[in-house]
Amino acid sequence: MRTVAHFGSRYVLQSRLYNMSKFFWVILFHAVANPFLYLVAIGVGVGNLVDNNMGSTGVDGVRYLVFLAPALLANAAVQGSMDETIFPTLGGFMWEKTFFGIRSTPLSGRQIAIGVFLAAMVRNFLTVLIYYGVLYAFGVMDGVRAWMTIPSALLAGAAFSAVMLAVAGGAKNEDNFFTFVGRFVIQPMFFLSGTFFPIDSMPIYLRWIGWISPLWHATDLGRYLSYGHATPTWLVVTHIAVLLTMIGAGLLTAVRVFERRLLK
Amino acid sequence: MSEELIVARGLRKEFGEFTAVDGIDFSVKKGESFGLLGPNGAGKSTTMRIIGATSQRTSGSITILGKDPEEFGPQIRAHLGVVPQKDNLDEHLTVTENLFLYGRYFGLPGKVIRGKIDELLEFAQLTEKRDAKVESLSGGMKRRLTIARALVSDPDILMLDEPTTGLDPQARHILWDRLFRLKERGVTLVITTHFMDEAEQLCERLVVMDHGKIMAEGSPTDLIKEYSSREVLELRFGGDKNEEIASQLSSYCDRLEVLPDRVLLYADDAEGALERIMSAGMHPRTSLVRRSSLEDVFLRLTGRSLVE
Repeated sequence: MRTVAHFGSRYVLQSRLYNMSKFFWVILFHAVANPFLYLVAIGVGVGNLVDNNMGSTGVDGVRYLVFLAPALLANAAVQGSMDETIFPTLGGFMWEKTFFGIRSTPLSGRQIAIGVFLAAMVRNFLTVLIYYGVLYAFGVMDGVRAWMTIPSALLAGAAFSAVMLAVAGGAKNEDNFFTFVGRFVIQPMFFLSGTFFPIDSMPIYLRWIGWISPLWHATDLGRYLSYGHATPTWLVVTHIAVLLTMIGAGLLTAVRVFERRLLK
Repeated sequence: MSEELIVARGLRKEFGEFTAVDGIDFSVKKGESFGLLGPNGAGKSTTMRIIGATSQRTSGSITILGKDPEEFGPQIRAHLGVVPQKDNLDEHLTVTENLFLYGRYFGLPGKVIRGKIDELLEFAQLTEKRDAKVESLSGGMKRRLTIARALVSDPDILMLDEPTTGLDPQARHILWDRLFRLKERGVTLVITTHFMDEAEQLCERLVVMDHGKIMAEGSPTDLIKEYSSREVLELRFGGDKNEEIASQLSSYCDRLEVLPDRVLLYADDAEGALERIMSAGMHPRTSLVRRSSLEDVFLRLTGRSLVE
């Protein structure tokens, strides 16, 4: 009997990286063009307007761009790594059905799920680093602790992609569902999670959207870490706990869903 | 050569109320090419997935290479090469990349795989397409690539589920030629098909399946000998006359089947039977004398034709 290699998910990771390299320019463009647009249009344009009106105190005690940066970074991480779990999973189960091909080798559904997630984490890292570089070039990241917004953004990317891995793994009809998720979950969350203005300035009946939004947890955490936005300790712990729970629960569910779907 | 690689006893698979495989017994010996012949929905693919250790049986027993797939799934799959009914290649990657990464899934070192790629490409007649993206290949090329991919790990058993379904005649013949070469090399083949000509060409021994059960087992020649006559006379009388005239024809043959468009007369000397029918004053619109095939065996066993 042949031995079965340990940590087989690395082979799935390798395969995903081959696939990603075919779309290298698309990935790079997304990672650079998006922050560029936001920075120019909202950060610089709206930022100047806000800064001029708020006077020396700025928003939350800092320049508007500094306030905005952790949110933009977290959102970029979410978008980039989510794409890297949703589409390969839909393709693997429904379009090219490559997962069924991998399933005929010694690899298991668990290893496939983890391999796809690891590849998404590579995309997560790349996106955050590039985005951070652009922010840095714009002079937004000149604070001593500015870099500390990186881990909170990475956590957001990991949390979302883990959950989406499970959701996409269970999807039987790709089209409507993910259009729905994009338009009615991701988009509103982006706008209502304290991204462009502090969550306290929203009417009380809308704030719950922010509270249940993982993006808000990551953004608030990033602001706390990068420029010392006032956050009680219990809330910092909650932020981290929410994001870690999403990663854990997402991955556990994804592994189950993958195993079940590949073993008929 | 008598070592049994696959042994199934009372193998059964249910999906809810539906019984896909209904208690079948079979075994496959080393170096043999074994076929599962039957119409769509007969339970062939389900049986293949159980052998492939990607589907769990409901009851009965099966061992592959002496091991139970429920306990040793990954270890068994490490020895199998699987060609699924529908190609599941990585369309965005090149031919070579597909072979390379598939080898990696088996944990083979990159160097070992690279050393094999040329040979596999040559076998699959894809050498010139080595750097082409899979999405640009024809159906026949994709099929051959899927077979090459299944061979990358030097499997003990190569399993092919409907290998030529959906291919044009020329592509089918190229594929049969490739599979025949594997057979000559002594690779153990397990093939499902609903094409009787494919089964006759490729399988040394086969089981005929219908509704999840095995109806008969043997070599193509033995099955034909046992369940059919040497020759068949196909007569068409046109319109609704087939049924009407059939009753007068039974004395000219061993057995007779009336199909909607024609009457089949089973006789060892079909030519002679035709002459006698003509001299008795019956004049079919068309007549055809041919050798018996597995299609006739299937018709005899189930009362239905294979490809409907």
